[in-house]
Amino acid sequence: MSTDTSPLHGLSIDSIRSGLLAKKFSAEELARQSLAFAEAENPKTNAYLTLSPERALSAARVVDAKIAQGEDPGPLAGVPIAVKDVIVTRGLRTTCGSKLLANYIPPYDATAVIRLEQAGGVILGKTNCDEFAMGSSNENSAFGPVRNPVALDRVPGGSSGGSAAVVAQETAVVSLGSDTGGSIRQPASFCGISGVTPTYGRVSRYGLTAFASSLDHIGPFGKSTRDAARLLQVIAGRDEMDATSAFAPVPDYLAALDGNLRGIKIGLPREYFDGLASETGDLVIAAVEALKKLGCEVRDIQLPHTPYAVAAYYIIATAEASANLARYDGVRYTTRAAGANTLSDMYRMTRDEGFGDECKRRIMLGTYVLSAGYYDAYYLKAQKVRHLIVRDFAQAFEQVDAIVAPVSPFPAFKLGDMVNDPTAMYLSDIYTVTGDLAGIPCMSVPCGRTPEGLPVGVQILTRHFDETTMFRVADAYEKASN
Amino acid sequence: MKITEQEVRRVADLANLALRDDEVARMAIDLDGILTHIDKLNELDTSSVEPMAQVLFDTEETATLRQDSVRPCLTNAEAVANAPVTSGGYYKVPKVIDR
Repeated sequence: MSTDTSPLHGLSIDSIRSGLLAKKFSAEELARQSLAFAEAENPKTNAYLTLSPERALSAARVVDAKIAQGEDPGPLAGVPIAVKDVIVTRGLRTTCGSKLLANYIPPYDATAVIRLEQAGGVILGKTNCDEFAMGSSNENSAFGPVRNPVALDRVPGGSSGGSAAVVAQETAVVSLGSDTGGSIRQPASFCGISGVTPTYGRVSRYGLTAFASSLDHIGPFGKSTRDAARLLQVIAGRDEMDATSAFAPVPDYLAALDGNLRGIKIGLPREYFDGLASETGDLVIAAVEALKKLGCEVRDIQLPHTPYAVAAYYIIATAEASANLARYDGVRYTTRAAGANTLSDMYRMTRDEGFGDECKRRIMLGTYVLSAGYYDAYYLKAQKVRHLIVRDFAQAFEQVDAIVAPVSPFPAFKLGDMVNDPTAMYLSDIYTVTGDLAGIPCMSVPCGRTPEGLPVGVQILTRHFDETTMFRVADAYEKASN
Repeated sequence: MKITEQEVRRVADLANLALRDDEVARMAIDLDGILTHIDKLNELDTSSVEPMAQVLFDTEETATLRQDSVRPCLTNAEAVANAPVTSGGYYKVPKVIDR
Protein backbone atom coordinates (compact mmCIF):
# COMPACT_ATOMS: atom_id res chain seq x y z
CA MET A 1 0.00 0.00 0.00
CA SER A 2 1.43 3.42 -0.90
CA THR A 3 1.59 5.93 1.92
CA ASP A 4 -0.94 8.12 0.11
CA THR A 5 -3.70 5.57 -0.10
CA SER A 6 -5.94 5.46 2.92
CA PRO A 7 -6.91 2.11 4.43
CA LEU A 8 -10.38 3.69 4.45
CA HIS A 9 -10.37 4.46 0.73
CA GLY A 10 -13.61 3.30 -0.85
CA LEU A 11 -15.09 2.17 2.46
CA SER A 12 -18.56 3.16 3.65
CA ILE A 13 -20.50 2.37 6.83
CA ASP A 14 -22.28 -0.42 4.94
CA SER A 15 -19.14 -1.93 3.40
CA ILE A 16 -17.28 -1.88 6.73
CA ARG A 17 -20.14 -3.77 8.30
CA SER A 18 -20.25 -6.40 5.57
CA GLY A 19 -16.44 -6.67 5.59
CA LEU A 20 -16.47 -7.29 9.35
CA LEU A 21 -19.29 -9.82 9.19
CA ALA A 22 -17.55 -11.65 6.32
CA LYS A 23 -14.33 -11.66 8.41
CA LYS A 24 -12.39 -9.87 5.64
CA PHE A 25 -10.85 -7.67 8.33
CA SER A 26 -11.35 -7.05 12.03
CA ALA A 27 -12.44 -3.80 13.62
CA GLU A 28 -9.14 -3.69 15.51
CA GLU A 29 -7.10 -4.06 12.30
CA LEU A 30 -9.10 -1.31 10.63
CA ALA A 31 -8.71 0.95 13.67
CA ARG A 32 -4.93 0.35 13.86
CA GLN A 33 -4.44 1.03 10.15
CA SER A 34 -6.64 4.13 10.28
CA LEU A 35 -4.81 5.54 13.30
CA ALA A 36 -1.42 4.96 11.67
CA PHE A 37 -2.61 6.60 8.45
CA ALA A 38 -4.16 9.54 10.31
CA GLU A 39 -0.96 10.07 12.29
CA ALA A 40 1.16 10.03 9.14
CA GLU A 41 -1.14 12.27 7.08
CA ASN A 42 -2.25 14.75 9.71
CA PRO A 43 0.73 17.14 9.40
CA LYS A 44 -0.48 17.98 5.87
CA THR A 45 -3.78 19.40 7.06
CA ASN A 46 -3.65 19.79 10.89
CA ALA A 47 -7.22 18.40 10.89
CA TYR A 48 -6.88 16.28 14.04
CA LEU A 49 -5.95 18.00 17.29
CA THR A 50 -5.90 14.78 19.32
CA LEU A 51 -5.84 11.12 18.35
CA SER A 52 -7.35 8.65 20.80
CA PRO A 53 -5.74 5.26 20.06
CA GLU A 54 -6.62 3.62 23.39
CA ARG A 55 -10.26 4.57 23.19
CA ALA A 56 -10.46 3.57 19.52
CA LEU A 57 -8.82 0.18 19.98
CA SER A 58 -10.89 -0.70 23.01
CA ALA A 59 -14.11 0.19 21.13
CA ALA A 60 -12.91 -1.87 18.15
CA ARG A 61 -12.19 -4.89 20.35
CA VAL A 62 -15.73 -4.74 21.73
CA VAL A 63 -17.05 -4.86 18.15
CA ASP A 64 -14.78 -7.82 17.29
CA ALA A 65 -15.86 -9.68 20.44
CA LYS A 66 -19.54 -9.18 19.60
CA ILE A 67 -19.02 -10.49 16.09
CA ALA A 68 -17.07 -13.48 17.42
CA GLN A 69 -20.00 -14.28 19.73
CA GLY A 70 -22.54 -13.89 16.96
CA GLU A 71 -24.08 -10.74 18.46
CA ASP A 72 -25.19 -7.72 16.43
CA PRO A 73 -22.18 -5.35 16.56
CA GLY A 74 -24.41 -2.28 15.98
CA PRO A 75 -25.25 -0.04 13.04
CA LEU A 76 -21.87 1.75 13.12
CA ALA A 77 -19.82 -1.38 13.81
CA GLY A 78 -16.12 -0.68 13.48
CA VAL A 79 -16.61 2.63 11.66
CA PRO A 80 -13.69 5.04 12.25
CA ILE A 81 -15.25 8.34 13.33
CA ALA A 82 -13.82 11.76 14.17
CA VAL A 83 -15.51 14.21 16.54
CA LYS A 84 -15.25 17.99 16.43
CA ASP A 85 -13.39 19.33 19.43
CA VAL A 86 -16.35 21.37 20.71
CA ILE A 87 -18.15 18.11 21.59
CA VAL A 88 -17.05 16.74 24.95
CA THR A 89 -15.51 13.30 25.36
CA ARG A 90 -14.97 11.83 28.79
CA GLY A 91 -11.29 11.58 29.65
CA LEU A 92 -10.27 12.81 26.20
CA ARG A 93 -8.96 16.37 25.87
CA THR A 94 -11.54 18.76 24.41
CA THR A 95 -10.09 22.17 23.53
CA CYS A 96 -12.84 23.92 21.54
CA GLY A 97 -9.91 25.26 19.48
CA SER A 98 -9.12 27.59 22.38
CA LYS A 99 -5.98 28.23 24.38
CA LEU A 100 -8.26 28.58 27.42
CA LEU A 101 -9.16 24.87 27.24
CA ALA A 102 -5.80 23.57 26.03
CA ASN A 103 -5.71 21.11 28.95
CA TYR A 104 -9.44 20.52 29.54
CA ILE A 105 -10.34 16.87 30.19
CA PRO A 106 -14.15 16.57 30.29
CA PRO A 107 -15.67 14.45 33.07
CA TYR A 108 -18.56 13.31 30.85
CA ASP A 109 -19.48 12.33 27.28
CA ALA A 110 -21.87 14.22 24.99
CA THR A 111 -25.07 12.28 24.28
CA ALA A 112 -24.18 12.05 20.57
CA VAL A 113 -20.82 10.53 21.50
CA ILE A 114 -22.44 7.98 23.84
CA ARG A 115 -24.90 7.00 21.11
CA LEU A 116 -22.33 6.52 18.39
CA GLU A 117 -20.09 4.44 20.62
CA GLN A 118 -23.04 2.33 21.73
CA ALA A 119 -23.73 1.74 18.03
CA GLY A 120 -20.24 0.28 17.59
CA GLY A 121 -18.54 3.45 16.29
CA VAL A 122 -14.78 3.81 16.82
CA ILE A 123 -13.70 7.34 17.75
CA LEU A 124 -10.22 7.96 16.29
CA GLY A 125 -9.83 11.46 17.67
CA LYS A 126 -10.91 15.05 17.98
CA THR A 127 -10.84 17.54 15.13
CA ASN A 128 -9.59 21.08 14.85
CA CYS A 129 -12.09 23.93 14.51
CA ASP A 130 -12.43 27.67 14.83
CA GLU A 131 -12.22 28.74 18.47
CA PHE A 132 -15.59 27.98 20.12
CA ALA A 133 -16.92 27.31 16.58
CA MET A 134 -16.62 30.99 15.63
CA GLY A 135 -15.42 31.37 12.08
CA SER A 136 -15.93 30.46 8.44
CA SER A 137 -12.39 29.39 7.55
CA ASN A 138 -10.89 27.43 10.47
CA GLU A 139 -8.20 30.13 10.73
CA ASN A 140 -9.40 31.11 14.22
CA SER A 141 -8.10 27.99 15.96
CA ALA A 142 -5.55 28.56 18.71
CA PHE A 143 -3.82 25.41 17.40
CA GLY A 144 -3.26 26.68 13.87
CA PRO A 145 -5.45 26.60 10.77
CA VAL A 146 -6.61 23.46 8.99
CA ARG A 147 -5.62 23.11 5.34
CA ASN A 148 -8.09 21.90 2.74
CA PRO A 149 -7.04 18.38 1.63
CA VAL A 150 -8.28 19.14 -1.89
CA ALA A 151 -6.00 22.20 -2.22
CA LEU A 152 -3.52 22.61 0.63
CA ASP A 153 -3.06 26.37 0.15
CA ARG A 154 -6.77 26.90 0.79
CA VAL A 155 -9.04 26.89 3.82
CA PRO A 156 -11.31 23.89 4.48
CA GLY A 157 -14.12 26.22 5.56
CA GLY A 158 -15.32 26.58 9.10
CA SER A 159 -15.98 26.27 11.79
CA SER A 160 -16.04 22.44 11.49
CA GLY A 161 -13.04 22.54 9.12
CA GLY A 162 -11.23 19.62 10.74
CA SER A 163 -14.29 17.35 10.68
CA ALA A 164 -14.81 18.05 6.97
CA ALA A 165 -11.11 17.67 6.17
CA VAL A 166 -10.70 14.25 7.82
CA VAL A 167 -13.52 12.78 5.72
CA ALA A 168 -12.13 14.32 2.52
CA GLN A 169 -8.61 13.19 3.46
CA GLU A 170 -9.93 9.71 4.32
CA THR A 171 -8.48 9.78 7.82
CA ALA A 172 -12.02 8.99 9.07
CA VAL A 173 -15.08 7.55 7.35
CA VAL A 174 -17.59 9.93 8.91
CA SER A 175 -17.42 12.68 11.52
CA LEU A 176 -19.47 14.87 13.80
CA GLY A 177 -19.48 18.64 13.41
CA SER A 178 -21.56 21.46 14.77
CA ASP A 179 -23.47 24.15 12.89
CA THR A 180 -24.67 27.50 14.23
CA GLY A 181 -24.57 29.61 11.04
CA GLY A 182 -23.25 27.21 8.40
CA SER A 183 -20.34 25.52 10.16
CA ILE A 184 -21.20 22.07 8.75
CA ARG A 185 -22.55 22.88 5.28
CA GLN A 186 -19.90 25.40 4.23
CA PRO A 187 -16.86 23.21 5.05
CA ALA A 188 -18.64 20.21 3.46
CA SER A 189 -19.02 22.30 0.31
CA PHE A 190 -15.38 23.49 0.40
CA CYS A 191 -14.02 19.94 0.91
CA GLY A 192 -16.32 18.14 -1.56
CA ILE A 193 -18.26 15.94 0.88
CA SER A 194 -21.77 15.79 2.39
CA GLY A 195 -22.63 17.69 5.55
CA VAL A 196 -25.96 17.75 7.35
CA THR A 197 -27.49 20.30 9.71
CA PRO A 198 -30.53 18.49 11.14
CA THR A 199 -33.70 20.19 12.42
CA TYR A 200 -33.09 22.21 15.58
CA GLY A 201 -33.75 19.80 18.46
CA ARG A 202 -33.35 16.66 16.32
CA VAL A 203 -29.98 15.82 17.92
CA SER A 204 -29.29 16.40 21.60
CA ARG A 205 -26.93 19.28 22.31
CA TYR A 206 -25.94 17.80 25.67
CA GLY A 207 -22.15 17.97 25.71
CA LEU A 208 -21.91 20.38 22.78
CA THR A 209 -20.04 23.41 24.09
CA ALA A 210 -22.58 26.21 23.83
CA PHE A 211 -21.96 28.99 21.31
CA ALA A 212 -25.47 30.31 20.49
CA SER A 213 -27.96 28.03 22.19
CA SER A 214 -31.00 28.84 20.03
CA LEU A 215 -28.99 28.11 16.86
CA ASP A 216 -26.52 25.33 17.77
CA HIS A 217 -26.81 21.91 16.12
CA ILE A 218 -24.72 18.74 16.05
CA GLY A 219 -24.68 17.06 12.65
CA PRO A 220 -22.86 14.46 10.54
CA PHE A 221 -20.33 14.60 7.70
CA GLY A 222 -19.87 11.73 5.24
CA LYS A 223 -18.58 11.00 1.77
CA SER A 224 -22.11 10.04 0.76
CA THR A 225 -25.64 11.00 1.76
CA ARG A 226 -26.12 7.40 2.83
CA ASP A 227 -23.28 7.51 5.35
CA ALA A 228 -24.44 10.87 6.71
CA ALA A 229 -28.01 9.57 7.04
CA ARG A 230 -26.83 6.44 8.87
CA LEU A 231 -24.88 8.54 11.34
CA LEU A 232 -27.83 10.88 11.92
CA GLN A 233 -30.09 7.87 12.46
CA VAL A 234 -27.93 6.85 15.41
CA ILE A 235 -27.55 10.24 17.11
CA ALA A 236 -31.08 11.61 16.51
CA GLY A 237 -33.93 11.48 19.01
CA ARG A 238 -35.13 12.76 22.33
CA ASP A 239 -32.64 13.08 25.17
CA GLU A 240 -33.79 14.12 28.60
CA MET A 241 -30.44 15.80 29.21
CA ASP A 242 -31.35 18.51 26.65
CA ALA A 243 -34.67 20.23 27.30
CA THR A 244 -34.74 21.52 23.70
CA SER A 245 -34.33 18.05 22.19
CA ALA A 246 -37.47 17.07 20.32
CA PHE A 247 -39.93 14.29 21.10
CA ALA A 248 -40.65 13.82 17.38
CA PRO A 249 -40.16 10.17 16.37
CA VAL A 250 -37.10 9.41 14.21
CA PRO A 251 -38.13 7.81 10.91
CA ASP A 252 -36.03 5.21 9.07
CA TYR A 253 -33.96 7.52 6.87
CA LEU A 254 -32.33 4.76 4.85
CA ALA A 255 -35.65 3.21 3.86
CA ALA A 256 -36.52 6.46 2.06
CA LEU A 257 -33.46 6.39 -0.20
CA ASP A 258 -35.32 4.76 -3.09
CA GLY A 259 -34.15 7.13 -5.81
CA ASN A 260 -37.72 8.11 -6.63
CA LEU A 261 -38.16 11.87 -6.98
CA ARG A 262 -41.32 11.84 -9.15
CA GLY A 263 -43.59 14.71 -8.20
CA ILE A 264 -41.23 16.23 -5.62
CA LYS A 265 -41.63 19.99 -5.82
CA ILE A 266 -38.38 21.96 -5.64
CA GLY A 267 -38.26 25.70 -5.01
CA LEU A 268 -35.52 28.02 -6.24
CA PRO A 269 -35.29 31.14 -4.10
CA ARG A 270 -34.31 33.92 -6.50
CA GLU A 271 -32.75 35.92 -3.63
CA TYR A 272 -30.07 33.22 -3.33
CA PHE A 273 -28.95 33.54 -6.92
CA ASP A 274 -28.68 37.33 -7.27
CA GLY A 275 -25.05 38.29 -7.52
CA LEU A 276 -23.77 34.74 -7.15
CA ALA A 277 -20.40 34.20 -8.89
CA SER A 278 -20.92 32.17 -12.07
CA GLU A 279 -18.34 29.49 -11.22
CA THR A 280 -20.56 28.50 -8.27
CA GLY A 281 -23.93 29.46 -9.75
CA ASP A 282 -23.45 27.41 -12.93
CA LEU A 283 -22.81 24.24 -10.93
CA VAL A 284 -25.83 24.81 -8.68
CA ILE A 285 -28.05 25.42 -11.72
CA ALA A 286 -26.69 22.26 -13.36
CA ALA A 287 -27.70 20.35 -10.20
CA VAL A 288 -31.21 21.80 -10.50
CA GLU A 289 -31.38 20.63 -14.13
CA ALA A 290 -30.32 17.14 -13.03
CA LEU A 291 -33.11 17.13 -10.43
CA LYS A 292 -35.62 18.05 -13.15
CA LYS A 293 -34.48 15.05 -15.18
CA LEU A 294 -35.03 12.87 -12.12
CA GLY A 295 -38.68 13.91 -12.07
CA CYS A 296 -38.70 16.93 -9.77
CA GLU A 297 -40.98 19.82 -10.53
CA VAL A 298 -38.98 23.04 -10.22
CA ARG A 299 -40.47 26.46 -9.59
CA ASP A 300 -39.26 29.90 -8.51
CA ILE A 301 -40.08 30.94 -4.97
CA GLN A 302 -39.43 33.99 -2.85
CA LEU A 303 -37.68 34.27 0.50
CA PRO A 304 -37.88 38.06 0.62
CA HIS A 305 -36.17 38.63 3.97
CA THR A 306 -32.95 36.84 2.97
CA PRO A 307 -30.96 40.11 2.62
CA TYR A 308 -31.55 40.76 6.35
CA ALA A 309 -30.50 37.34 7.60
CA VAL A 310 -26.79 38.00 8.20
CA ALA A 311 -27.55 41.12 10.24
CA ALA A 312 -30.16 39.32 12.36
CA TYR A 313 -27.91 36.30 12.74
CA TYR A 314 -24.85 38.22 13.93
CA ILE A 315 -26.92 40.03 16.55
CA ILE A 316 -28.62 36.90 17.90
CA ALA A 317 -25.59 34.62 17.70
CA THR A 318 -23.19 37.08 19.33
CA ALA A 319 -25.70 38.06 22.04
CA GLU A 320 -26.10 34.41 23.01
CA ALA A 321 -22.34 33.85 22.70
CA SER A 322 -21.50 36.74 25.00
CA ALA A 323 -23.60 35.05 27.69
CA ASN A 324 -22.37 31.52 26.98
CA LEU A 325 -18.69 32.50 26.95
CA ALA A 326 -18.93 34.32 30.28
CA ARG A 327 -18.17 30.98 31.97
CA TYR A 328 -14.56 30.98 30.73
CA ASP A 329 -13.21 33.03 33.58
CA GLY A 330 -10.23 31.19 35.03
CA VAL A 331 -12.16 29.57 37.88
CA ARG A 332 -13.58 26.17 36.94
CA TYR A 333 -12.04 24.75 33.78
CA THR A 334 -9.82 27.18 31.97
CA THR A 335 -6.23 28.17 32.35
CA ARG A 336 -5.75 31.20 34.60
CA ALA A 337 -3.65 34.29 33.93
CA ALA A 338 -0.85 34.76 36.46
CA GLY A 339 -0.28 37.86 38.52
CA ALA A 340 -3.80 39.12 39.24
CA ASN A 341 -4.39 40.41 42.78
CA THR A 342 -8.19 40.63 42.69
CA LEU A 343 -10.93 38.38 41.34
CA SER A 344 -12.02 41.00 38.84
CA ASP A 345 -8.49 41.46 37.46
CA MET A 346 -8.10 37.69 37.27
CA TYR A 347 -11.24 37.38 35.10
CA ARG A 348 -10.14 40.16 32.78
CA MET A 349 -6.55 39.07 32.38
CA THR A 350 -7.51 35.42 31.88
CA ARG A 351 -10.03 36.30 29.19
CA ASP A 352 -7.75 38.79 27.44
CA GLU A 353 -4.88 36.31 27.27
CA GLY A 354 -7.07 33.31 26.52
CA PHE A 355 -9.55 34.36 23.84
CA GLY A 356 -8.47 34.89 20.25
CA ASP A 357 -9.43 37.98 18.25
CA GLU A 358 -12.61 36.55 16.70
CA CYS A 359 -14.04 35.43 20.04
CA LYS A 360 -13.29 38.84 21.53
CA ARG A 361 -15.01 40.55 18.59
CA ARG A 362 -18.13 38.44 19.01
CA ILE A 363 -18.21 38.79 22.80
CA MET A 364 -17.91 42.55 22.32
CA LEU A 365 -20.61 42.76 19.65
CA GLY A 366 -22.94 40.54 21.68
CA THR A 367 -22.39 42.52 24.86
CA TYR A 368 -22.96 45.77 22.96
CA VAL A 369 -26.27 44.72 21.36
CA LEU A 370 -27.57 43.54 24.75
CA SER A 371 -26.39 46.59 26.69
CA ALA A 372 -28.69 49.22 28.17
CA GLY A 373 -30.15 51.49 25.52
CA TYR A 374 -29.39 49.14 22.61
CA TYR A 375 -31.42 46.03 23.48
CA ASP A 376 -34.60 47.09 21.63
CA ALA A 377 -32.79 48.57 18.64
CA TYR A 378 -30.64 45.51 18.05
CA TYR A 379 -31.56 42.32 19.92
CA LEU A 380 -35.34 42.68 19.91
CA LYS A 381 -35.29 43.89 16.32
CA ALA A 382 -33.22 40.85 15.28
CA GLN A 383 -35.65 38.47 17.01
CA LYS A 384 -38.51 40.05 15.05
CA VAL A 385 -36.60 39.70 11.79
CA ARG A 386 -35.92 36.09 12.72
CA HIS A 387 -39.68 35.61 12.89
CA LEU A 388 -40.05 37.10 9.39
CA ILE A 389 -37.43 34.68 8.06
CA VAL A 390 -39.21 31.74 9.71
CA ARG A 391 -42.46 32.91 8.05
CA ASP A 392 -40.74 33.19 4.65
CA PHE A 393 -39.80 29.52 4.86
CA ALA A 394 -43.23 28.46 6.15
CA GLN A 395 -44.87 30.16 3.17
CA ALA A 396 -42.39 28.66 0.72
CA PHE A 397 -43.01 25.16 2.09
CA GLU A 398 -46.73 25.58 1.37
CA GLN A 399 -45.73 25.49 -2.30
CA VAL A 400 -42.71 23.20 -2.42
CA ASP A 401 -41.26 20.12 -0.67
CA ALA A 402 -37.63 21.18 -0.80
CA ILE A 403 -35.60 24.31 -1.51
CA VAL A 404 -32.39 24.13 -3.52
CA ALA A 405 -29.79 26.86 -3.15
CA PRO A 406 -26.07 27.55 -3.11
CA VAL A 407 -24.10 26.96 0.11
CA SER A 408 -21.42 29.63 -0.20
CA PRO A 409 -21.01 32.53 -2.64
CA PHE A 410 -17.58 31.20 -3.62
CA PRO A 411 -15.45 28.05 -3.34
CA ALA A 412 -12.57 27.57 -0.84
CA PHE A 413 -10.39 30.67 -0.66
CA LYS A 414 -6.68 30.91 0.11
CA LEU A 415 -5.46 30.97 3.69
CA GLY A 416 -5.08 34.55 4.87
CA ASP A 417 -7.18 36.06 2.07
CA MET A 418 -10.08 37.17 4.28
CA VAL A 419 -8.67 37.43 7.81
CA ASN A 420 -8.42 41.21 7.75
CA ASP A 421 -12.03 41.84 6.81
CA PRO A 422 -14.33 40.29 9.42
CA THR A 423 -17.46 41.90 7.95
CA ALA A 424 -16.79 40.36 4.52
CA MET A 425 -16.26 36.99 6.21
CA TYR A 426 -19.60 37.36 8.05
CA LEU A 427 -21.41 38.31 4.82
CA SER A 428 -20.19 35.11 3.15
CA ASP A 429 -22.51 33.19 5.51
CA ILE A 430 -25.55 34.63 3.72
CA TYR A 431 -26.87 31.34 2.26
CA THR A 432 -26.38 29.24 5.40
CA VAL A 433 -27.50 31.38 8.36
CA THR A 434 -31.13 31.35 7.16
CA GLY A 435 -31.52 27.59 7.75
CA ASP A 436 -30.18 27.93 11.30
CA LEU A 437 -32.41 30.92 12.09
CA ALA A 438 -35.44 28.93 10.88
CA GLY A 439 -34.30 25.70 12.56
CA ILE A 440 -35.02 23.63 9.45
CA PRO A 441 -32.97 20.68 8.19
CA CYS A 442 -30.47 21.56 5.49
CA MET A 443 -27.46 19.87 3.94
CA SER A 444 -24.68 20.39 1.44
CA VAL A 445 -24.16 17.82 -1.32
CA PRO A 446 -21.20 17.96 -3.74
CA CYS A 447 -22.29 19.25 -7.17
CA GLY A 448 -19.04 19.40 -9.10
CA ARG A 449 -15.82 21.35 -9.29
CA THR A 450 -14.85 24.76 -10.61
CA PRO A 451 -12.44 25.02 -13.58
CA GLU A 452 -9.70 25.38 -10.93
CA GLY A 453 -10.71 22.02 -9.47
CA LEU A 454 -12.32 23.35 -6.28
CA PRO A 455 -15.38 21.50 -4.94
CA VAL A 456 -18.77 23.21 -4.78
CA GLY A 457 -21.80 22.04 -2.82
CA VAL A 458 -25.50 22.52 -3.45
CA GLN A 459 -27.78 23.09 -0.47
CA ILE A 460 -31.07 21.24 0.07
CA LEU A 461 -33.48 22.58 2.71
CA THR A 462 -36.75 20.97 3.81
CA ARG A 463 -39.56 21.37 6.37
CA HIS A 464 -38.97 20.92 10.10
CA PHE A 465 -38.26 17.24 10.84
CA ASP A 466 -38.44 16.28 7.17
CA GLU A 467 -34.85 15.07 6.91
CA THR A 468 -36.32 12.17 4.94
CA THR A 469 -37.17 14.26 1.88
CA MET A 470 -33.83 16.06 2.14
CA PHE A 471 -31.94 12.75 2.14
CA ARG A 472 -34.09 11.31 -0.65
CA VAL A 473 -33.38 14.27 -2.95
CA ALA A 474 -29.67 14.34 -2.06
CA ASP A 475 -29.18 10.60 -2.50
CA ALA A 476 -30.99 10.43 -5.86
CA TYR A 477 -29.01 13.41 -7.15
CA GLU A 478 -25.74 11.92 -5.92
CA LYS A 479 -26.40 8.57 -7.62
CA ALA A 480 -27.43 10.24 -10.88
CA SER A 481 -24.35 12.48 -10.94
CA ASN A 482 -21.85 9.69 -10.21
CA MET B 1 -18.12 55.89 13.30
CA LYS B 2 -21.01 53.99 14.88
CA ILE B 3 -19.00 53.24 18.00
CA THR B 4 -16.32 55.30 19.75
CA GLU B 5 -13.21 53.98 21.48
CA GLN B 6 -14.73 55.17 24.73
CA GLU B 7 -17.78 52.98 24.13
CA VAL B 8 -15.52 50.05 23.23
CA ARG B 9 -13.83 50.43 26.62
CA ARG B 10 -17.19 50.55 28.40
CA VAL B 11 -18.43 47.39 26.64
CA ALA B 12 -15.11 45.60 27.29
CA ASP B 13 -15.61 46.42 30.96
CA LEU B 14 -19.12 44.89 30.88
CA ALA B 15 -17.73 41.80 29.13
CA ASN B 16 -14.83 41.34 31.57
CA LEU B 17 -12.27 41.78 28.83
CA ALA B 18 -9.11 43.77 29.51
CA LEU B 19 -8.41 45.03 25.99
CA ARG B 20 -5.02 46.59 25.30
CA ASP B 21 -4.92 50.04 23.66
CA ASP B 22 -4.08 48.65 20.22
CA GLU B 23 -6.95 46.14 20.57
CA VAL B 24 -9.40 48.94 21.42
CA ALA B 25 -8.59 50.88 18.23
CA ARG B 26 -8.87 47.78 16.05
CA MET B 27 -12.08 46.66 17.80
CA ALA B 28 -13.74 50.04 17.11
CA ILE B 29 -13.00 49.66 13.38
CA ASP B 30 -14.22 46.02 13.24
CA LEU B 31 -17.40 46.69 15.20
CA ASP B 32 -18.10 49.73 13.06
CA GLY B 33 -18.03 47.54 9.95
CA ILE B 34 -20.55 45.01 11.19
CA LEU B 35 -22.77 47.61 12.93
CA THR B 36 -22.97 49.54 9.67
CA HIS B 37 -24.21 46.40 7.92
CA ILE B 38 -26.63 45.71 10.78
CA ASP B 39 -28.24 49.10 10.16
CA LYS B 40 -29.89 47.44 7.18
CA LEU B 41 -32.48 46.00 9.59
CA ASN B 42 -33.95 49.50 9.95
CA GLU B 43 -35.31 49.21 6.40
CA LEU B 44 -37.90 46.78 7.80
CA ASP B 45 -41.03 47.85 9.64
CA THR B 46 -41.34 45.23 12.38
CA SER B 47 -43.83 47.07 14.60
CA SER B 48 -46.46 44.35 14.17
CA VAL B 49 -44.08 41.35 14.34
CA GLU B 50 -43.67 39.26 17.49
CA PRO B 51 -40.07 38.53 18.47
CA MET B 52 -39.02 34.89 18.20
CA ALA B 53 -36.38 33.58 20.59
CA GLN B 54 -36.22 29.97 19.48
CA VAL B 55 -37.83 27.57 17.02
CA LEU B 56 -39.03 24.68 19.13
CA PHE B 57 -40.82 21.42 18.53
CA ASP B 58 -44.45 21.85 19.49
CA THR B 59 -45.14 19.88 22.65
CA GLU B 60 -46.86 20.19 26.01
CA GLU B 61 -45.22 22.66 28.35
CA THR B 62 -44.58 20.02 30.97
CA ALA B 63 -43.30 17.36 28.58
CA THR B 64 -39.67 18.10 29.30
CA LEU B 65 -40.09 17.81 33.07
CA ARG B 66 -38.99 14.62 34.80
CA GLN B 67 -39.27 13.14 38.26
CA ASP B 68 -37.14 14.96 40.78
CA SER B 69 -35.22 11.94 41.93
CA VAL B 70 -31.73 11.43 43.31
CA ARG B 71 -29.26 10.13 40.74
CA PRO B 72 -25.53 9.51 40.59
CA CYS B 73 -23.54 12.62 39.71
CA LEU B 74 -19.93 13.76 39.44
CA THR B 75 -17.82 13.33 42.55
CA ASN B 76 -16.29 16.42 44.10
CA ALA B 77 -12.86 15.39 42.83
CA GLU B 78 -14.16 14.99 39.27
CA ALA B 79 -15.99 18.30 39.40
CA VAL B 80 -12.93 20.34 40.40
CA ALA B 81 -10.35 18.30 38.46
CA ASN B 82 -10.01 20.89 35.66
CA ALA B 83 -9.81 23.96 37.88
CA PRO B 84 -6.48 25.83 37.82
CA VAL B 85 -6.44 26.32 41.62
CA THR B 86 -8.41 24.38 44.24
CA SER B 87 -8.27 23.96 47.98
CA GLY B 88 -10.00 21.28 50.03
CA GLY B 89 -12.44 20.46 47.23
CA TYR B 90 -13.32 24.12 46.59
CA TYR B 91 -12.40 26.45 43.75
CA LYS B 92 -9.87 28.97 44.95
CA VAL B 93 -9.90 32.53 43.60
CA PRO B 94 -8.04 35.77 44.39
CA LYS B 95 -9.43 38.16 46.96
CA VAL B 96 -12.86 39.62 46.17
CA ILE B 97 -13.04 42.40 48.75
CA ASP B 98 -10.01 44.22 50.11
CA ARG B 99 -10.35 45.25 53.76
